[in-house]
Amino acid sequence: MPIEVQYVWYTYPSGIEALKGISLTVEDRDFLVIMGPNGAGKTTLLKTLNGLIKPTKGRVLVDGVDTRHATVAELSRKVGLVFQNPDHQLFCSTVEEEIAFALRNFGFNEEEIKERVEWALETLGLEEYRDVSPLMLSGGEKKRVALASVLVWDPKYLVLDEPTLGQDYAQKEKLREIICGLLGQRAVIIVTHDIEFVVDFRPRPRVALMADGRIIAEGKAEEVLTDPELLSRASLVRPQVPEVLFNLREKGLPVRTDVLDLVEARDAIISLARGLA
Amino acid sequence: MGIIEVEDVSFTYSGSKRPALDHVDLSIKKSEFVILTGPSGCGKTTLCRCLNGLVPHFYSGDFRGRVLVAGLDTREHEIWELSQHVGLVFQNPENQLFCLTVEADVAFGPENLGLPREEIRRRVEWALKVTGMWELRHRPPHELSGGQQQRAAIAAVLAMKPEVLVLDEPTSFLDPAGAAEILSLVAELNKRLGITVLLVEHRLDMTSPYADRVVVMAKGRIALDGPPEEVLTSREARELGVGIPKVIRLYELLAERGLRLPEVPLSPGQMASLISEVVRCR
Repeated sequence: MPIEVQYVWYTYPSGIEALKGISLTVEDRDFLVIMGPNGAGKTTLLKTLNGLIKPTKGRVLVDGVDTRHATVAELSRKVGLVFQNPDHQLFCSTVEEEIAFALRNFGFNEEEIKERVEWALETLGLEEYRDVSPLMLSGGEKKRVALASVLVWDPKYLVLDEPTLGQDYAQKEKLREIICGLLGQRAVIIVTHDIEFVVDFRPRPRVALMADGRIIAEGKAEEVLTDPELLSRASLVRPQVPEVLFNLREKGLPVRTDVLDLVEARDAIISLARGLA
Repeated sequence: MGIIEVEDVSFTYSGSKRPALDHVDLSIKKSEFVILTGPSGCGKTTLCRCLNGLVPHFYSGDFRGRVLVAGLDTREHEIWELSQHVGLVFQNPENQLFCLTVEADVAFGPENLGLPREEIRRRVEWALKVTGMWELRHRPPHELSGGQQQRAAIAAVLAMKPEVLVLDEPTSFLDPAGAAEILSLVAELNKRLGITVLLVEHRLDMTSPYADRVVVMAKGRIALDGPPEEVLTSREARELGVGIPKVIRLYELLAERGLRLPEVPLSPGQMASLISEVVRCR
């Protein structure tokens, strides 16, 4: 059973219309990336998935359950949301307690809690910090603790808001490895501005572009992220690889532009060179 | 002598065992644009804090060596004095703006220096204009976009008339449009006004086209220092986990197949021009 977002509208009490008729389906084991400018409604959309926000109009069904008729706690068991700012999420006195916190709330027995916490610490490379206060960690480490504290209850839908923010290149690659290891067992939904991070995923995700409270495009990464018109409507900067190819095309050279992969781009340019020789 | 001279500086925060900076030497010339990068925890932020005297005046610890900013030894001059030579801009603009209007925020620094009213007015007008914030001067900062807030934070720093602008990951909280807005502003301040820039960044694809030099830190030391074309094609940069821009990786993949470009490209536009030249000449 999937998550079904059906024609959802949401107006904040301040009067700001954040979502304007969003429809979206997230299948089991889906891999979806949502991109768009700040203020497009991405985080608001994520908050409708675990019931933190209930639609003003339309509805969200999580495995058939209408989010208006379930508590956030019930929904969170299935939809694990990792917030953009880990400081909004971390409050325990040690990393180990932090990761165990939700499991205690969900009523897991102590033995299983121990096992799962160990697994989460190991998966995210946090073993050495188990007795440290999360507030003493660096930004990148805090992000990993926040992810561990959600991943630990094994939600069917893992939702990550800006997971690469403030991370260096090696940490991002580590994060990619972790996410790739989770794919195929559960659905992963990522909101990010980091277009180069997205194009390096194998398998590549499905991409939805948002602007002004609406989804303006949804499809394969290769199609959506190489379309200049869509990217500019979503205020995104083209990834470097297709940008090189676009520039070549503009110089009158016959070359494909729907390429995100470095090796494919190399081959396209080599065959262009041979063709002209 | 450079506008910034870091001479054999080591610093260990109070309560920490490991030095955050370990025998660092760095010289930056006036009007240079330098990118400082390296893995998290390598000492970049601590080095920035040394440049306006936050280390050792505000953050206590064991400080060795010396830092000269515009010829002033940071140990002998206070932060308010040094901040007239080096302006620091941080990641999150929300943490730097606190007044009710953009204009009041920009005036805050010069007012605290006790400058004459006319001089404050002149500086505020100038800083708002060069950052493109003049039209938005009466707006409350919290109502602005992230890019506009960061421009306001830069304006507030510029009103102190510093020769050097140090920016610690100033685009990481912004969306791509906001990030591009800030980078082109910083590049313009560097080119047009000759302001020296030290930019801390992980994302070298967006920033390296602007840089005269890329400095890579690792474990509290300077590991690499040179022009971007050199540093980003070095084996050491890869080993240190520096994110190599895609255009440089593509440049290397093409070279492996015998298509050599005459220069190392730093941007897609530049790369396309180089490829076009080479394939048309064949």
